Amino acid sequence: MRKILVTLKRVVDYNVRVRVKPDGSGMAVEGLKMSINPFDEIALEEALRMRERGDAGEVVAVTIGGDESQQQLRTGLAMGADRALLAKCEGELQPLTVAGILLEVARREEPDIVIMGKQAIDDDCNQAGQMLAALWGRPQATFASEVQLDGGSARVTREVDAGLESIEVQLPAVITTDLRLNEPRYIKLPDIMKARRKPLEILSVDELGLAAAPSLQPLGYEPPEQRQKGVLVEDVAALVGRLRERGLVN
Amino acid sequence: MSKVLVVAEHDGAALHPGVARVVSCGLGIQPGGLDVAVMGQDCAAIARQAAGIAGVSRVLCLDRAENARPLAAAQAPQLAALAQQGYSHLLGPSTTFGKDLMPRAAALLGVPQVSDIMSVEGERRFKRPVYAGNAVLTVEAPAERIVVATARLASWQAAPEGGEGAVENVVLDVELPDHTKWLELKMPETERPDLQSASVVVSGGRALGSADNFSLLYDLADHLGAAVGASRAAVDAGYVSNEMQVGQTGKIIAPELYFAIGISGAIQHLTGIKDAGVIVAINKDPEAPIFEIADIGLVGDLFSIVPELKAALEDS
Ligand SMILES: Cc1cc2nc3c(=O)[nH]c(=O)nc-3n(C[C@H](O)[C@H](O)[C@H](O)COP(=O)(O)OP(=O)(O)OC[C@H]3O[C@@H](n4cnc5c(N)ncnc54)[C@H](O)[C@@H]3O)c2cc1C
Repeated sequence: MRKILVTLKRVVDYNVRVRVKPDGSGMAVEGLKMSINPFDEIALEEALRMRERGDAGEVVAVTIGGDESQQQLRTGLAMGADRALLAKCEGELQPLTVAGILLEVARREEPDIVIMGKQAIDDDCNQAGQMLAALWGRPQATFASEVQLDGGSARVTREVDAGLESIEVQLPAVITTDLRLNEPRYIKLPDIMKARRKPLEILSVDELGLAAAPSLQPLGYEPPEQRQKGVLVEDVAALVGRLRERGLVN
Repeated sequence: MSKVLVVAEHDGAALHPGVARVVSCGLGIQPGGLDVAVMGQDCAAIARQAAGIAGVSRVLCLDRAENARPLAAAQAPQLAALAQQGYSHLLGPSTTFGKDLMPRAAALLGVPQVSDIMSVEGERRFKRPVYAGNAVLTVEAPAERIVVATARLASWQAAPEGGEGAVENVVLDVELPDHTKWLELKMPETERPDLQSASVVVSGGRALGSADNFSLLYDLADHLGAAVGASRAAVDAGYVSNEMQVGQTGKIIAPELYFAIGISGAIQHLTGIKDAGVIVAINKDPEAPIFEIADIGLVGDLFSIVPELKAALEDS
């Protein structure tokens, strides 16, 4: 039976507006509501559906971060993951480092499929899945909106700028999710209770003995340039008038 | 002296208009030379097109059967090998092509990637958006290593034509994996301009209510010679197809004129349009956040306003 590894990142909830700290040293995230990165939730949902269809045996949720990330793993277990793994390390993580740690996890767990969100909504990098696939020497199917499994391969429909592209990848492979792959389920109260009894293993990243990956040095954050609020016009004639004034329409 | 290699996106027939924008970004580094890599099959004509962009020194044409379709698994090893031939920077576009390919190449090269460059602040120093555009982060790439990055196309003007770069064929001795197979590309048929390069874009949101109702916007767009876009809600609801989505996870665009019709203005949508010239919002809710950033707003029911607008534009 196929084994699926799903990655979950703890991020500020997408409904919360995050602001730059006044001194520009970072984002003011203290005390904000934290959630699973929405794309990762979609990744987990897809894995669970594979298991429920009989396409997969075990679904393992993994996160890299501090102890507080256990919260997101518990949520993942409540959604239906069979067990969870916290690769514990402190500080800001960049995608190349994440990919290196996930490679170690993949070597230990030997999954048939790794499903990841295409990007995290905090750093918006859109890199970790592709980097893991490269380091692992395995195929990548990014921005997936449909996945069909067939024996030792997967047929994946990808959302690309031109439309919908389909590729076939041999397993093991890394798949990254787009928004329209599925709609994640809601968690029911009894599932939260059940999740408390599911195994959550903690792994120290230091003990993996990885060489530090080169990383980008953050020099400072600033708020984006704001667009000025414009004018409200009364009616269509006034709108057309303004557009003509600026030479934007004939 | 830095030397930049730009990866050319193309569809097998023509160069993607974004290539000239990535070239601009590359020239911003003030390099000693800027080359363009074209990976394809029978791609000599595309290579010549790239050579015509001002500022391009050489175009390297990697013509081989495995490059007939852009598969990151096959192209990343070629790119990594080529980049090691004396380049300090490897640049691609922040399109789905570049987002798929560049991180794979970066990991093969063992370096981090700078995603979505908005501005160049130094040879290794760049600004990029984070948190759906709620902040701009300045980063410095590690010294003594090749810089791999993608350029946020909406932040860059296309480099003009008029270049006279040389085209060279390159044969690389790189073994390519065969674990990934390209199957098909489904493109909706449309005569309308491309969303990413159109100077006018008409976008609709959830308020349109159905695929049929979107014809209101198509009519207006066709009159204006505009491309049509949509919010995520409209795409999710199936009113239009996925490649029309504008925003954090769709296309980032910078038309001269943007119409947001029946779109509330969620941050994830706004991050896709903040470089637009003039934003026009039509929404029945005067409190809709889209009015906070719109240059011209009109409060009212789109189902009466849009036909009226089209009629008004017609009698001129
Ligand atoms: C991780 C993530 C990524 C996302 N990425 C994107 C993205 O890339 N692009 C994107 O667009 N969204 C994205 N979203 C979704 C975003 O948060 C909003 O949900 C979405 O943009 C809302 O679309 P909308 O404005 O069409 O719908 P709504 O928010 O429902 O707004 C509809 C608007 O229409 C108005 N209206 C209704 N009827 C009429 C009428 N008859 N006439 C005039 N006005 C009317 C209403 O007043 C309302 O303002 C993302 C969300 C997440 C979580």
